[in-house]
Amino acid sequence: MADLVLLIVIGAPLAASACSALCVWRRWVGWLGVAATVAVFAGGVTIAAKVAHGPAISALDGALRVDALSAVMIVVVALVGMLACIQSVRYIDAETGAGHCSRRHGSVYAALVQVFLAAMLLAVSAANLALVWVAIEATTIATTFLVGHRGTRRAVEASWKYIVICSVGIATAFLGTVLVYLAALHVGHGVHGSASLDWTVLVAESHRLDHGVMRLAFALLVLGYGTKVGLVPMHSWLPDAHSQAPAPVSALMSGVLLAVAFYAVLRFKVVADGALGPFFPRALLVTVGLLSLGVAASLLVAQRDYKRMLAYSSIEHMGLVALGAAAGTPFAIAAVLLHVLGHGLTKAVLFLGSGEILSSEGTSEIAQVRALLARRPGLGGIFGLGLVSLLGLPPFSLFVSELGMFRAEVDVGLGWAAGIALACMVVVFAAMTSHARQMLLGSLATSESAARTPRIVVVPLATALGACALLGVLAWPLTPLLEAAAKTVAL
Amino acid sequence: MSDASFAALLELGAGAVLVCSVVTLWRRSLGAIVRVLSLQGAALGAVALVLGLHDHDGALVGVAVLVVAEKGVALPAMLMRLVARDPTSRELSPLVNVPASLVATGALTLLAFTVATPVVALVPTVAGRLAPLGLATMLIGLFAMAVRRKAVSQIVGLLLVDNGIALVAFLATGGFPLVVELGASLDVLLVVVVARVLGTRMHARFGVVDLDELRELHD
Repeated sequence: MADLVLLIVIGAPLAASACSALCVWRRWVGWLGVAATVAVFAGGVTIAAKVAHGPAISALDGALRVDALSAVMIVVVALVGMLACIQSVRYIDAETGAGHCSRRHGSVYAALVQVFLAAMLLAVSAANLALVWVAIEATTIATTFLVGHRGTRRAVEASWKYIVICSVGIATAFLGTVLVYLAALHVGHGVHGSASLDWTVLVAESHRLDHGVMRLAFALLVLGYGTKVGLVPMHSWLPDAHSQAPAPVSALMSGVLLAVAFYAVLRFKVVADGALGPFFPRALLVTVGLLSLGVAASLLVAQRDYKRMLAYSSIEHMGLVALGAAAGTPFAIAAVLLHVLGHGLTKAVLFLGSGEILSSEGTSEIAQVRALLARRPGLGGIFGLGLVSLLGLPPFSLFVSELGMFRAEVDVGLGWAAGIALACMVVVFAAMTSHARQMLLGSLATSESAARTPRIVVVPLATALGACALLGVLAWPLTPLLEAAAKTVAL
Repeated sequence: MSDASFAALLELGAGAVLVCSVVTLWRRSLGAIVRVLSLQGAALGAVALVLGLHDHDGALVGVAVLVVAEKGVALPAMLMRLVARDPTSRELSPLVNVPASLVATGALTLLAFTVATPVVALVPTVAGRLAPLGLATMLIGLFAMAVRRKAVSQIVGLLLVDNGIALVAFLATGGFPLVVELGASLDVLLVVVVARVLGTRMHARFGVVDLDELRELHD
């Protein structure tokens, strides 16, 4: 029964994708996609309720295996997917209405979004680490055309950079996977074939893996999957792709794709911890985490484009997540996962809001948007509250998770790193509030009147922000799930 | 197959993979570069075939056929069609000139041997000792992507990286399980299809396949 639910979770977006690919765009094609994400969400919650208190669920002869960590990721993908699909309906309607894209093109977009979702769901539920690789590579293929969907010169440039840099990154991760496989083949006694890349087998045998090879492998994996996470030094595709992609795609990429790639790093970290002890993985993650925070903070200060601003903020948050994972205690991992959820929802709201701002103002320059709160109270209010959440202010959940990660870092002797991170966050805070003030504050010009924002935009986005606030105040109903998930990958 | 001839054939195949990657940096004509890439695919397939025959591993022989079909024939053919659209079809101004690039390949090969020490230590067989050649091919591919300015050259660089990793995988581990090999090959094939479509789109819309023209997005 439970394995059937798991198959539905991955199959629903695939079915929706096949349907969309066969039709030309009609509004129902878009709502079909929304329905698929609702099915994924329902399935994800069912699975989460099971694995929070019980053993992992397997399907397809053990090729798929969902434990509490995977369940958390499925729920995050489903929630952000739902938001993005609802806004996709509006986006494609507007594009086809304005003649920017044909109806056929619109349904291709809808199909690719569903393939993208299915690839991410497969990545987080695969038992075999090579299958995780195949699925994450598939996300690159599905999203390249989505990034370039607007067909402008800049969009094509961004999608070219995206596919080239991410392919190099993912190739590096493949070499890392090859080396882990090599190390596993040499532990002896009956570990061979596909079993040597099964995550549970690797964790059980991790203390017997060869040190030298694992050290090289983990470094390559952090660098390789780090490319897709958006960690410095392989982050340069991210601001281009996030700023040029259609808003719903940016929301999906920033909200969940980065987190799904980080999920792969977390899985390998457990194996590396067992083989090498905690010092080496920790040093590596602290280095890339602090570098990401530093680069993001320095480039946010003089940022002129609000979508790029949000993109650099994603790099910042992934840096924070890497630091939290470096601490690695169960408490730290629970905070990391809560942060992934909060960041996913908040960033989706902000990117979708920025898409609305772009379509109504016609510019993505911070300097040319003004008085949003007075001119478009609904949209401006959501964007402003989203920024409050993103900057880690209470009552939103990012405040709680950041506090939790810092506490865990101090507990394991990484207080100095937490201090540097805090300094970077102060810079980010100052930079983003000043950009936000420019965009949001000001009064109506005499000839203007306040414009209403459609309910289809306000209701889902406000609900998502409400959920973030609720999660921040009471971590219910997630506590048992997060604790169970943390136990699977913590030190 | 005797052990001596097995070792000789393996060395020949792995050496050919590395030499092909050096030659891609030496040639400027995009057509010639793609032909060398196709030779490299064939050499990689030969390595897998020799290993498969020696270890009586039927799956690996199957993978060898797949490698030759994909990396020796299909991918180069796709790239050739992209080359045919480019009127200059030469790498005119790489960031690093050809003699300096060749010196760099020597340095990268040395680096590969240093980095791969733990791999060779773990697999001290004939095949394992050749694994650094795959790593060298990968590094040369990365270098090619960094210094070459044509869209086709970048895809070639990416495929050099991929071939290098495949060589490491064959020599050090005897190849992945078949399912993984199939998934990985399909992914690479699709990446090249997507990159080719993008290249064609850039060409049709802006008349450039030269990446120096792509400089609108920056901070």
